[in-house]
Amino acid sequence: MPAWIDAAIRVAIMLFFVFNIVMVLIYMERKVLAHIQQRLGPMRTGFHGILQSPADAIKLMVKEDLAPSSADKWVFRSAPYLVFVPIFMMFVAIPFSSSVVIRHLDMGLFYLVAFSSLSIVGMLMAGWGSDNKYALLGGVRAAAQLISYELPLGISILGVALLTQSLRLGDIASAQYPLPFIFAQPLGFVIFITASLAEMSRTPFDIPVAESELVGGPLVEYSGMRWAVFFLAEYANLVATSAIAVLIFLGGWSWPFYALEGVGWLMQILAVAWFFTKVFALIFVVFWLRGTLPRLRIDQLMTFAWKLLIPFSFVNLLLTAAAVIYGTAILALVWVATACLGYTVYAYARSR
Amino acid sequence: MALDRLQTVDMTINMGPQHPSTHGVFRMVLRVDGERILDCEPYIGYLHRGFEKLSENENYHTVLIHLDRTDYLAGFCNEMAYIIALEKLLGVVPSERAEYIRVIMCELNRIASHMMFYGALGADAGALTPFLYAFRERERLQGLFEAVSGARMMFFYFRAGGVRIDLPDGFIRECRRVLDAVKFGIDECDKLLTNNEVFISRTKGIGAISAAAAIDYGCSGPILRACGVKEDVRRSEPYSIYDRLDFDIPVAYSGDTYDRYVVRMEEMRQSIRIVEQCLDQIPDGPFMGKVPRFIRPEPGEVYVRTENPRGDYGIYLISRGGDYPYRVKLRSPCFCNLMALREMLKDCYIADSVMVLGSLDIVLGEVDR
Repeated sequence: MPAWIDAAIRVAIMLFFVFNIVMVLIYMERKVLAHIQQRLGPMRTGFHGILQSPADAIKLMVKEDLAPSSADKWVFRSAPYLVFVPIFMMFVAIPFSSSVVIRHLDMGLFYLVAFSSLSIVGMLMAGWGSDNKYALLGGVRAAAQLISYELPLGISILGVALLTQSLRLGDIASAQYPLPFIFAQPLGFVIFITASLAEMSRTPFDIPVAESELVGGPLVEYSGMRWAVFFLAEYANLVATSAIAVLIFLGGWSWPFYALEGVGWLMQILAVAWFFTKVFALIFVVFWLRGTLPRLRIDQLMTFAWKLLIPFSFVNLLLTAAAVIYGTAILALVWVATACLGYTVYAYARSR
Repeated sequence: MALDRLQTVDMTINMGPQHPSTHGVFRMVLRVDGERILDCEPYIGYLHRGFEKLSENENYHTVLIHLDRTDYLAGFCNEMAYIIALEKLLGVVPSERAEYIRVIMCELNRIASHMMFYGALGADAGALTPFLYAFRERERLQGLFEAVSGARMMFFYFRAGGVRIDLPDGFIRECRRVLDAVKFGIDECDKLLTNNEVFISRTKGIGAISAAAAIDYGCSGPILRACGVKEDVRRSEPYSIYDRLDFDIPVAYSGDTYDRYVVRMEEMRQSIRIVEQCLDQIPDGPFMGKVPRFIRPEPGEVYVRTENPRGDYGIYLISRGGDYPYRVKLRSPCFCNLMALREMLKDCYIADSVMVLGSLDIVLGEVDR
């Protein structure tokens, strides 16, 4: 089989997978949020509203695709795809088990970080191209926020790369038996989760789309399929980011069952299932946060990134480097990092 | 050098009248420099229905129908103000039981209105959950209103000399049960919002106004009390049976969004205290006092102030004899509170504008009348 056919099949499967998981996630978010808020959520379409997402998808596909007459047509039309494509590209490198993956890349971690920052361009284009002040403000907010949180995100990942001496995601996942990196890098994990919440524009960092003042931000002029593509990108990003967190901090598929590293097809299926259990648990936490927290303001968000997250991610990197070079027992690292974390919370509470 | 030549232009943003966070059909035009608000110009009048003029062609009781529709979140409180004015004009004394019923309904209405407030403020801050939690308890209160008056919003319940119909059987027992649920709901909101780090950082120090400025603008109610002015019509000019009841007036001192929120939370607890006292003391007896067959007040005029959930709600009623009032003038607390918005929003961020507006707890039906 020629290489390009092989690649096309893999991409087609992945695209199909992403579409479906996004629909599941939208349904899940609506249900989780509804039950947190003592509602029922979708109930009419199918058993307990299980067909709500497909119904919405069909509705969005047949809807008219409007563009404001004063919009910058090319920028406006291409923006959703520039948001979606980089996020989809992340799935190319994410392994779901030791062999279920499109491509094992030697620079996998670097590749993911690089692609996760590209979708900013699309958001900014959407904000600018709509010729709408709300959209413009949202787009600028998105750019500021995403660029600021790129730094702590990348630096917190570096700690893991130092520990494993590898950027290959498969290796990183396998290296986490018996101790997943959340215990070796607790500070790194917290910074990563916080920064990726901002990266995904999820509550409490959903400032670019702030529904109460900007009524949807960059997406405000979009309708129909183009709007759906933004939605698709948002949830695909959620899956990708959670998958990365599981891979580099929560032990991927190999912890605590090392047997899932096995090559048999049964083991592979179990590994994928176990991996996604973890991913969905993490996504559930993200939904849960949305049901609990209000939204920060943009200046508070920037202060938080530059004054707290970035310095602490450097502290984390420094400690990790010292531990790697001087071979300090990994447990010492845990305690130092935990102490730092404790101090962060303490200092933040005092500073108010 | 290059920066000197770089020119920036202030942007004008229009918010409303169709905007989800302007609490109705309020419109404000913001002049912003980036995210910072330089100026805010409020525009009102999108819900003007001319109630004051319409009232001149209604007989004395049906004016109440329009009053229910001014501040539609606090119908009982509006009716209270007008009915007291009408009774003064007629020289009628309401029955003792009716006084208690009215105070119970007004205070329950105050709780329901403040629940709407904290739910909406949470939603403005980006947390939708407090809104739905608030509505769970508010729904029980609405159930009580429906049982008593037959309506959930437009009550038309108070009458000169009493109320339209007595409390239903088992009301007192059910009311106590609802109050317990409400207490639980307020405590729950304390956990979810009052002590929430993010919520505090979004509200503390935002949209502050000094007591002097608040008085100059004619602010009243929780807005004024959040600035440290202990002014409550229920205490300063007691009406109905408030002088017999034991309750505190919550005051906060920094005049910011958070204090306005905290004052209202405490007011709900005080309202519960008031209702509990009333439920203990409510006498048996007729629910109507002695009222003339025809409501035709002697020529004269009267001005009555009451403490509405939003502040000092005044009714100026003039009679020239006959079946219709000559003039019904409403002193709207929301209108005065809203006009302070411009001052409050100086140097705030765009995201603060909806929070500060939410903290004013305006009802456009009353602002525009």
